[in-house]
Amino acid sequence: MREVEAIIERYGAKRRHVIAILQDIQTQFHYLPREALLEVAARVRIPLIDLYSIATFYNCFSLVPRGEHVIRVCLGTACHLKGGTRLVEALERELGVREGEMTPDGQFSFETVRCVGACALAPLVLIDGRYYPKMKQRKLTQVLARLRRARPPAEVTQ
Amino acid sequence: MTRLYINGIEVDLEEGTTLLEAVEHLGIEIPTLCFHPGLSAYGACRLCVVELGDGRLVSACTYPVQEGLQVRTHSPRVLRARRMLIELLLSICPGSKRLQDLAAEHQVERVRFSVRDERCILCGLCVRMCAEQMMAHAIGFVNRGYRRRITTPFDLTSDVCRRCGGCLYICPVCELRCQGPEAPSVVCGSCMTPAPTCPPVYEDLACYMGAAGECGTCVRGPRTPDRRSPDFTRRRESV
Repeated sequence: MREVEAIIERYGAKRRHVIAILQDIQTQFHYLPREALLEVAARVRIPLIDLYSIATFYNCFSLVPRGEHVIRVCLGTACHLKGGTRLVEALERELGVREGEMTPDGQFSFETVRCVGACALAPLVLIDGRYYPKMKQRKLTQVLARLRRARPPAEVTQ
Repeated sequence: MTRLYINGIEVDLEEGTTLLEAVEHLGIEIPTLCFHPGLSAYGACRLCVVELGDGRLVSACTYPVQEGLQVRTHSPRVLRARRMLIELLLSICPGSKRLQDLAAEHQVERVRFSVRDERCILCGLCVRMCAEQMMAHAIGFVNRGYRRRITTPFDLTSDVCRRCGGCLYICPVCELRCQGPEAPSVVCGSCMTPAPTCPPVYEDLACYMGAAGECGTCVRGPRTPDRRSPDFTRRRESV
């Protein structure tokens, strides 16, 4: 994979740069492809299991493809009380996928998180790293429609 | 040379020695599950906790000796901490003989936590064995928190594993399991109250000593719940 090679080149094939390398791969592919992990392991000369440990430890890495837009619904205590689960149901209806999955067109993927540290604004939804406070089902539908229109999407920020 | 005091005993040891080595040097026994002399110290099981002069509890296997350090290996606080640790470990791994024996030794009589049998205490011995002694790096920790476990990359059969079995050999909990009848609770504890041996009379042998309790030393004693059952009382009376 040429992209992976370029990313390793940018940081240098050193063990201490592995997380930065993985982050760039994640940004580029929206997930960590298996071949990419194998290549990083071979080039940086670190055991594959160490990479796999890192990739499964941090939430910002995903081993299954994520969509162009990553939607995170907060289900922390405050958001849960304020109806976060209903937002999850609404999203499942709207997107036709379950939590943790990606829409077939690769546009959206949707996951739940525990508390994003802004409980006063509950219930919260994060889309591409942007906070959408006091979310309602209707508002959510509007935001999704806007994102669908705005294709091709802006670069995903984590 | 570093001078320190272990349970009031003065010892001189070389710098770089760990407290665990120092304690063992004196012949004092403290329990460990995640330590092996051939592998790097990891401090995962915490069973080797000792109390320092300033009241801190530290794991002896990872703490280096210091000049003038006061160490207590069996203070009430340490023992209480160890009992809690054993209780916690038992709640994720009730099938381990090693843990059941530790529980008996430390008078842990119940487990107050919800039990989920993970058959692993995440001590990391197998991971270190694989990496440091076998140079294979085939297994490691994945995920984190509640979902942490040990596996191969992508849960697939590893290319680098040579099936040496070192991980099984060193595992403190996946060794011998209970051989006899199921214990009445998570903590069997029968070997805590050895009763006189009389196998023909006691059919109710507990399982942890010998092949299905053949020797009979661990016959359910007065501490186990069974003593309240009418069945048990009757048999006692018939003796």
